[in-house]
Amino acid sequence: MEHKEYKSINKSVRKKDSMQLLLGKPVYTDDVTPKDALVVKILRSPHANAMVESINTAAAKKVPGVVDIYTWEDVPQTRFAIAGQTFPEPSPYDRLIIDRHVRFAGDVVAIIAAETEKAALKAMKLIKVKYEILEAVLDFRTAKDNPVLVHPEDDWFPPCQVGGDPKRNLVASDDEIHGDVEGILAECDIVLERTYHTKAFNQAMMEPFTAYASFDRYGRLHVISSTQIVFHTRRILSRALGIPKSKIRVEKPRIGGGFGAKQTAVCDVYPAFVAMKTGRPAMVTYTREESQIAGSPRHEMEITVKLGATKEGKIRVMDLYTLSNTGAYGEHGPTTVGLSGHKAIPLYTGSLEAHRFHYDVVYTNRQAAGAYRGYGATQGIFAVESIVSELAEQLGMDATAIRDMNMIKEGMVMPAYYNEIASACALDRCMEHCRRMFNWEERSKVRDMGNGKVRTAGVAMGMQGSCISNVDVGSATLKLSEDGTYNLIIGAADMGTGCDTILAQMVAELMDCHVDDVAVFGADTDVSPYDSGSYASSTTYITGQAVVKACAELKKRICSIAADMLGCEGEKVEFAGSVVRRIHTDQTVSLTDIAYKSQVNNTTPAESTATHTSPVSPPPYMVGMVEIELDKRTGKVEILDYMAVVDCGIPINPNLARIQTEGGIVQGIGHTLIENVTYDRKGRPAEASFMQYKVPTRQDMGRLHVEFEHSYEPTGPFGAKSIGEIVINTPAPAIAHAIYRATGKWFRELPITPEQIAMSLID
Amino acid sequence: MEIKLKLNGKNILASVEADTVLLDFLRDKGCLSVKRGCDTSNCGLCTVLMDGKPILSCSTLAVRADGHEIHTLEGLQEEASDFVGFIADQGADQCGFCNPGLVMNTIALLRENPDPTDDEIRAYLAGNLCRCSGYDGQLRGIRNYLNSRKA
Amino acid sequence: MITIQKYVRAQTLEEAWQLNQSKRNRILGGMLWLRLGKGSINTAIDLCDLGLNTIEETEEQFSIGAMAALRDIELHEGLNAYTNGAVADSVKDIVGVQFRNMATVGGSIWGRFGFSDVLTVFLALDTYVELYKGGIVPLEQFAKMKKDNDILVRLIVKKTPCKVVYSAMRNQRTDLPVLACAVSCMNGEYRASIGARPARATLIRGDKAEGFAAFVAENAPTESNIRGSAAYRTHLIRVLVERSMNELGGM
Repeated sequence: MEHKEYKSINKSVRKKDSMQLLLGKPVYTDDVTPKDALVVKILRSPHANAMVESINTAAAKKVPGVVDIYTWEDVPQTRFAIAGQTFPEPSPYDRLIIDRHVRFAGDVVAIIAAETEKAALKAMKLIKVKYEILEAVLDFRTAKDNPVLVHPEDDWFPPCQVGGDPKRNLVASDDEIHGDVEGILAECDIVLERTYHTKAFNQAMMEPFTAYASFDRYGRLHVISSTQIVFHTRRILSRALGIPKSKIRVEKPRIGGGFGAKQTAVCDVYPAFVAMKTGRPAMVTYTREESQIAGSPRHEMEITVKLGATKEGKIRVMDLYTLSNTGAYGEHGPTTVGLSGHKAIPLYTGSLEAHRFHYDVVYTNRQAAGAYRGYGATQGIFAVESIVSELAEQLGMDATAIRDMNMIKEGMVMPAYYNEIASACALDRCMEHCRRMFNWEERSKVRDMGNGKVRTAGVAMGMQGSCISNVDVGSATLKLSEDGTYNLIIGAADMGTGCDTILAQMVAELMDCHVDDVAVFGADTDVSPYDSGSYASSTTYITGQAVVKACAELKKRICSIAADMLGCEGEKVEFAGSVVRRIHTDQTVSLTDIAYKSQVNNTTPAESTATHTSPVSPPPYMVGMVEIELDKRTGKVEILDYMAVVDCGIPINPNLARIQTEGGIVQGIGHTLIENVTYDRKGRPAEASFMQYKVPTRQDMGRLHVEFEHSYEPTGPFGAKSIGEIVINTPAPAIAHAIYRATGKWFRELPITPEQIAMSLID
Repeated sequence: MEIKLKLNGKNILASVEADTVLLDFLRDKGCLSVKRGCDTSNCGLCTVLMDGKPILSCSTLAVRADGHEIHTLEGLQEEASDFVGFIADQGADQCGFCNPGLVMNTIALLRENPDPTDDEIRAYLAGNLCRCSGYDGQLRGIRNYLNSRKA
Repeated sequence: MITIQKYVRAQTLEEAWQLNQSKRNRILGGMLWLRLGKGSINTAIDLCDLGLNTIEETEEQFSIGAMAALRDIELHEGLNAYTNGAVADSVKDIVGVQFRNMATVGGSIWGRFGFSDVLTVFLALDTYVELYKGGIVPLEQFAKMKKDNDILVRLIVKKTPCKVVYSAMRNQRTDLPVLACAVSCMNGEYRASIGARPARATLIRGDKAEGFAAFVAENAPTESNIRGSAAYRTHLIRVLVERSMNELGGM
C-alpha cells in the first residue's frame, strides 16, 4: 500500500531517552528517590489458605532500627481492587491492605518499616504467627461451586456486574451466541473438539515492582512509582487508604519494563500506608522472588474449542469455552477472559457462519493474576490457531492455504468482535508476504537431518485491539516555548516502548519541526492531562490521536496570536513551521516572536490540551512462521528462524515497531518452550527466582526477521493501529504446529518441554 | 571493616560490613548505573569490572574488592559512548534497565575480542538477560559498530 | 541471603584450616551458591591471598588451584587440547561469562553439587583432589565423601592418554542441566560420568563399547525434580552416552 511521504512519521529516530539509558544515568525509581526512606518489607504467608489466628510482633519491634510493624488489625477495612482500570472497574473490590484471611502462599501477613533492610529482615524472622490452616482450592478446574470459598466475606463488592458470585468462587461468567451454532455443527463434514492449557506466565520485567511515598511541601502524599497507570494508582490509593484524591500525587520516572505487570498497583499501597502511619518517606522494592510469587502474572486458562468445517477446509462454526484462573484476587479477571474469544474467533470471520463464546473466571488459592501483554488474546489464539492447524493437517491441507480460505479480510463485519468493521486489514497480504519471505513451501517440509534431528516449520496468525473501545481516554498537552520549540505533556507511560518518542514524532510532523524540538514529559497526576495509562495497546492509537488534536488546536492559537501581530484576521494567516505567514504576502512572524508575544499582554494560551477516545478498537494483524530443528531423542526444540509480518497500520517508528515485535516474539518463545509454572503440594510456587523461572537468553531464540505490511486505519493517527501486544501471540501456536509436523504429536499445554516431546516419542 | 580500592580511577577508603555486597556498596557510593534484577546471579544487570574482568556485583562481597580496581559504567562513559549510539539507532535500549550491565559486559567482550563473530557476541553476552528487545536489536547495534570500525 | 559477621583473608593454609574447624565458619569459593543460603556465618575465610588461582601444566599433569575460576579452565589451552575441548564444553553454558569469572573450581568440586557440570567432566578424567589434611584423593572417592572441615587445595588432572566427550541437556541454554554426561575412553576402559541425575555425579565403568549406553542407563540411578523426571533422565543417559560413544569412535 502506498503511503504519503512524511518528514517525521514512519521514520526510525532514536528514542528520546536512549543515551541516558545506555549510559546508565540514574532515572529509575530507586535512583531518583532519597536514600533515607524507611525500608518496607512484607511478611508473607507460607500457606495457600489460612486465617491468622494470632500474630505477635513484640520481639520483632524491639530490633534496633525497626520503626513499626503493622498487621491486619492496623489497616482500614474498606475493600478495594488494585487493577489499573477505568472506574467503575470490572474487577471486584476484594482486597484489604492486610487481610486476616490469607489466600495464597505469598499473601501479606505483616508490613515492616525499618531504617535498614537488615533490621527489617531480622524483624521478619522474629514475628510469631499462628495460622489456622484451611483447605485450599488449588486446581482451577474444581474451583467453581467448590465448598471451599476463596472469598467468603460479606463485604466483597463488584463495581460492575460481570456475572460474578463469590459464593460460587466465580469472578465473572458470560455466554454469547451468534447464529445457529448447534445446527451448523450438525451439518459440518468434520468437527474437532480440543482443549488447550496455558499457565500463569510471569512478565519477568527486569526492574522488579517498586514504589516510594513521602509527604510533599503541601502535606500531600507524593508517590513515585514504577507504574503504567499513574491516574488509576491515585484513585486506588485514595480508596485503600481512605484519603481524598486531592491529597495524593502519583508520578512515574523511567520504568524498567512492565508488559502489563505494572498495570496493577501491586506494591504502591505498602509504602503509602507506611508513610501515612509514620509521617516519613518509605520505599518498597520487591525482591525477584516477591515479583515472581506475589506479582500479577498471566491468567492461567483452559480453553476448549469446538470447530466445524467442510471437507474442503471451510471453517463454518466455532464454539469456544474458556475457564480462566484469576487466583486469589480478581484483578483483570473479568476482562482478560473476554479477549480469549473476542480476539481469536474473529481471525476466521472470512468463513464463520456462527460462533459461541462462553466463559467462567474462577477464584483459586493461587497468586492473583493480572495484565500481561496479550491479555487473554495470547491464550485464545494459542487454542484457535492450534485447532485450525490441526484441521489443516487432518484434511491434508497446507496450513497457510486453509488460512487464506478462511481469514478475515478488509471491509468485513466481525460478529465476534462487537460487529466492528475491519476497516484496515492486511492480514491476507501479511500471509502472502511472510510465505514468500520465509520460503514456506520448502521450509515447511519435514527434513531428516540425521542423528534423530528433523527440521520443519509452523505458522500462526494473530490479532489484538488498539484500545478499549468506548472506555480508554488519552490526553495530551502541547505548549509553545520562547525558542519556538514545544513541550508535550502526557499521562501515558513510556515503559521503554518508546511512546514518548513516537508521540513527539507526531508533533514534529504536524507542527513541521524537528523531533528534537519536542520535549516530552510524563507522567504525573499533578501535571499531566488525564490518561487511562499505557495498556490495552492504546498509547499510539488513543493518546496519539489526542496529540493530533492538540496540535491542530495549538496551530489555530498560534495563528491567532500571529494574526494580532500582523494586524490581520485569524483566517488570513497560515502556519508554516518556524513562522506564521500572512497569506499571499511575504510578511511573516517567527515562532519565537509569537511565543514571546504570548507572554505579554495576551489572553490566547500558547498551549492546548486535547482528549481522545474511540468507539472502535481496530485490530492489528500478524503472521508468524517458525523453522525449528527438533531432536527426537532428547526432545530439544531449537528455534532456527522466526519470521513475522505485521500489519499495525503504519509504524510511526519502524525501528521501535520492529523491536516491539522481536521482543514480543522472544517472550512468546519463552512461554512456549521454557518458562514453566509449577507448585508444590501445599500450593507454593516452584519457579520463584530467575534460577528456576528461565526466560530466554540470546542463545535460545534463533534468528528473527520482521517486516511490515501497511494498511490505513481511518480512525488512527496517520493511519496507525497498535503494535505492543499482538506481537506475543503467534509463537505458541506456530511452534506447536512445527512440533506436530516434526513429531506427529500435538501438544496442547504450554510450555512444551523437551521431556514431554521425548517421552511421547518413545516406542 | 576498612577496605581500600580504586573505584572508577579514584582511590577510596571505606568502611563496610563483612556481608555487604559490592552492588549495594557501589550504589551507596553513587554508582547508580549498577542495577539489581535478581538475587540469584542469573540476570547480569549488576555487571561491573573487577581488575578488568566482568563480575556480578550482587554476588561479590564488598570486602573482596579490597585491594582491587572496580569500574562501573560511571567510570567508562567514554568507552561506552563509542558504541552505545549504535544500539540506540536500533531502538534496542528499550526500558534500559538491563543496559548498564549489557554495556559493561560488551566493553569486556570488545577488550578481550575486538572482532567477535555474531555467535561469539551471543555467547559472551548470554548472561545478560533482556526482556524487552528480543536481543537481535542489541546484536545489530554491536555489529554495526564493529562494521563502522572497519570502514 | 546469608549473613556474615567477620571476613578473613587467610595468610596460610594452616590459618584457614584452623578457622575452618569451627562449624560457624565457612570457606568462600565464588560466593554464588553460598550466598543463597539463609543461615549465618561467623567468619568467612577467603583463600584469595594463597596463590591458588592458577593452573599449572607439566609433562604429567595439570594442577588447578582451588581458586581458579571456571572461566580459567574454559580458556586454558593445554587443558582443552588434552580434553579436545571437553572442559570448555562443560562450563560454557554455565549462566554467563561474569558468573564463570567468579565461580571457582574448588567451590564447584568441594560442593559436590548434584547439578555440577564441573564435577561431571573431571570425574571422567584421571583426576585427584589435594586436601590440606587428607592428602591426595582420587576424585571418584572424594565425590562420595561427606563434607568435612578439610580444605580443598587443588585439583590434579593426570595426563593419562584419553579421549573424552562432554554433553549436557538443558531446558534453557544457560540453565542448570537436566542431565550432564562426560564419557571417556582411558586405558582401554570406558568411563561415563553422569551428573545432574539430579544427585551428584557418579562414574560408571565398562570395558566394551557395545551396550555401554544401556549399561550406564541401568546403573546410574536417577530421580525427579523440577527440571525433569527420573524416567526422562534415564532416557537421556542412554541417548547422550550413545551419542558420546559414537563421537569417541570417530575421534
